Amino acid sequence: MYKKQECVAMLLAGGQGSRLYTLTEKTAKPAVRFGGKYRIIDFPLSNCVNSGIYTVGVLTQYQPLQLNEYIGNGQPWDLDRGQSGVMVLPPYQAKSGADWYKGTANAIYQNFNFIDRYDPDYVLILSGDHIYKMDYAKMLAAHKEKGADCTIAVLEVTLEEASRFGIMNTDEDLRITEFEEKPKHPKSTKASMGIYIFNNALLRRYLEEDEADPASSKDFGKNVIPKMLADGCKMYAYPFHGYWKDVGTIQSLWEANMDLVGEQPVFDLRDRDWRIYSRNYSDPPHFVGEYAKIANSLITEGCTIEGIVENSVLSSGVKVCRGAYIKDSIIMSGVTVGEGATVNYSIVDDGAVIGAGSTVGRTKASGEKITVIGSGISLKPATDVPGGEMVDEEWLKSQED
Amino acid sequence: MSASGIIFSNIHDNNIPELTRLRTIASVPFACRYRFIDFTLSNMVNSNIYNISVITNYNYQSLMDHIGSGKDWDLARRSGGLKILPPNITAYANPYLEGRTNSRLDSLKNVATSIGRITDDYVVLSDCDVICNVDFGDMIRAHQESGADMTIAVKTAELTPETAHSTVIFRSDEGGKITEVLAYPNDFSGSADIGLNMIVMSTAYLRQMVLEASTRGYSSLSRDIIGRRCGYMNYRIYRINGYCPSISSFADYYKHSMELLTDPTARESLFGVKNRPVLTKVRNSTPTYYAQGSSVKNSMVADGCFIEGTVENSIIFRGAKIGRNATVKNSIIMQDTIVGDGAFLNCVITDKNAVIRDQRMLAGAETQPFYVSKGKMI
Repeated sequence: MYKKQECVAMLLAGGQGSRLYTLTEKTAKPAVRFGGKYRIIDFPLSNCVNSGIYTVGVLTQYQPLQLNEYIGNGQPWDLDRGQSGVMVLPPYQAKSGADWYKGTANAIYQNFNFIDRYDPDYVLILSGDHIYKMDYAKMLAAHKEKGADCTIAVLEVTLEEASRFGIMNTDEDLRITEFEEKPKHPKSTKASMGIYIFNNALLRRYLEEDEADPASSKDFGKNVIPKMLADGCKMYAYPFHGYWKDVGTIQSLWEANMDLVGEQPVFDLRDRDWRIYSRNYSDPPHFVGEYAKIANSLITEGCTIEGIVENSVLSSGVKVCRGAYIKDSIIMSGVTVGEGATVNYSIVDDGAVIGAGSTVGRTKASGEKITVIGSGISLKPATDVPGGEMVDEEWLKSQED
Repeated sequence: MSASGIIFSNIHDNNIPELTRLRTIASVPFACRYRFIDFTLSNMVNSNIYNISVITNYNYQSLMDHIGSGKDWDLARRSGGLKILPPNITAYANPYLEGRTNSRLDSLKNVATSIGRITDDYVVLSDCDVICNVDFGDMIRAHQESGADMTIAVKTAELTPETAHSTVIFRSDEGGKITEVLAYPNDFSGSADIGLNMIVMSTAYLRQMVLEASTRGYSSLSRDIIGRRCGYMNYRIYRINGYCPSISSFADYYKHSMELLTDPTARESLFGVKNRPVLTKVRNSTPTYYAQGSSVKNSMVADGCFIEGTVENSIIFRGAKIGRNATVKNSIIMQDTIVGDGAFLNCVITDKNAVIRDQRMLAGAETQPFYVSKGKMI
């Protein structure tokens, strides 16, 4: 039988991540590769396990095949458990009808049957599109200490950035007095990180009310949080200090990857006290050839490097042929970069083949945007892909015409 | 056709005393991230052999730590899977202390109960001293088709009296039937088929053999069973032509490790075989970081390393750190070794967790690499 859990985590992983364009054409955003051997979802999942939260529901919707396969039984995160563990929760057909998840709040509402099994006191809501290391146990302790109804993790941002976030205005005790979604003239710099802890019974009541409201868009940020605040619920901000990055855009995904690179990287994954776990496959060690040159880069197992790699992140099984030159780029799994090809300031997705002598992207210094090569795309030898292009099947066709 | 596997984890320990002081030969680290037994286990799993017993007799902590429940090889199963068989210390004296050649058969006698429970038709017996990627399915089929009582994997090798001393030579007729066995000959040179310590037989034959060995007091498989009976029993060889070095000395270990760097076909035939990946314990290391100013040439590097210095013709295991201006040449740097800033290493093997302090200079020779033992600081 199921055991009572103090806290159950619900991880919203259904997002399309449309601003990642071709990278999320065939996969959900949380399954996008990151940092050589990770996927974005490894971060919230590892944080849960490292925080002692072993019951995690993962809500999937958009292109779930890779994500479902990746999570599997949860074994890489030690979440293959008898009385708790990880559970993938897709939308389903119920007796009274079938619904897609209409919003973040509706997704949780539809899965109260999962939450109820564990009779939790608290529910932790997470999203699958941020890169950070956080101890949720400390946040839960703060929630209990304040006797809060809801606690929202916040990050200090600059006043300029504040207009891009949901901003919490708080009193001295960190009690939230006002919530503004993307304010033009922000009064505070405490940005919501999309991490909430609710008292279970209260959450249920509000989600039921929200569900009954036809005008609601069924979203935590837009509907549920403002409603609770208006009703005078005890809502507190929990300030987080540390690295946190929303990887929702090509630019931010590139930046976050680069934050891992360096002797003292901005974001350090080598810390053995807070490990990030991932599903590892059986690749052999990587091989560095006679004429290779690698500087300031991360290289993963299964790679064969015969060319030059600078300031880049290479995922598993990448083949860099002789005379190839890769700079300021993110190369995902199983990519082949042909002889003499140049890849500059680009993201190359799984299994792409860059034909010999091709030029992909322009230098970072040129001021051009990041170039993206979609998964499985095969570029003929000597193809030139200008800066800022999103190369998918359609792009290839347009070149032929 | 179904088969069980039995792996001997301690046999040949004496061949590489440096690396087996604190571990079995099965758990000797090899090729950046593997242990010898990974090749045997992967060969079995890739040949659909999912009932595997690993016989251990001593020094097996590192082995237990490495294979755990067997889940990294898909061997953590309710039915079958991996079974570790430690020695039955109270009931038997430990025959292992007496010598090297009498080990296999005595081990089997020790686990006779377990053998009695095998429900598969065939058994593959294997040691861990041969590094290869082979399909046992082919070997079992050859065994079935030939109607042999026992099929023994061999490879053809050029031997000198020095190398021949650690081998078992099988002479056979044109059809592959074994006619004579020379175990550990003192004075042999020339071309011969040498045993790779991988044997296929039916489960029934194995049971009968173990029973007979017990009653008659036999203790050597090659001498007392194969050697005595090959005249009237149908024992056959099965030639493996691919890359399959047996590691029978410290110099061998170094030579075959280095071969992975100099011989692309060696790498290909171990790690590039489609549908036959070599599986090992997952460690969740980060990718390896190459700093500005690092220089790495013709080397194999695992995940989790931090490289600031120069590495040439070397094998770097998981989590190793090569300091700034350090030079590592023709060396094998095992897991979590730290090579300090400005250190110079040539033909050195450092075991796990060794620390080479800043500016130290260490050198061995290709025929006699300098060995730094586990956890030692120099």
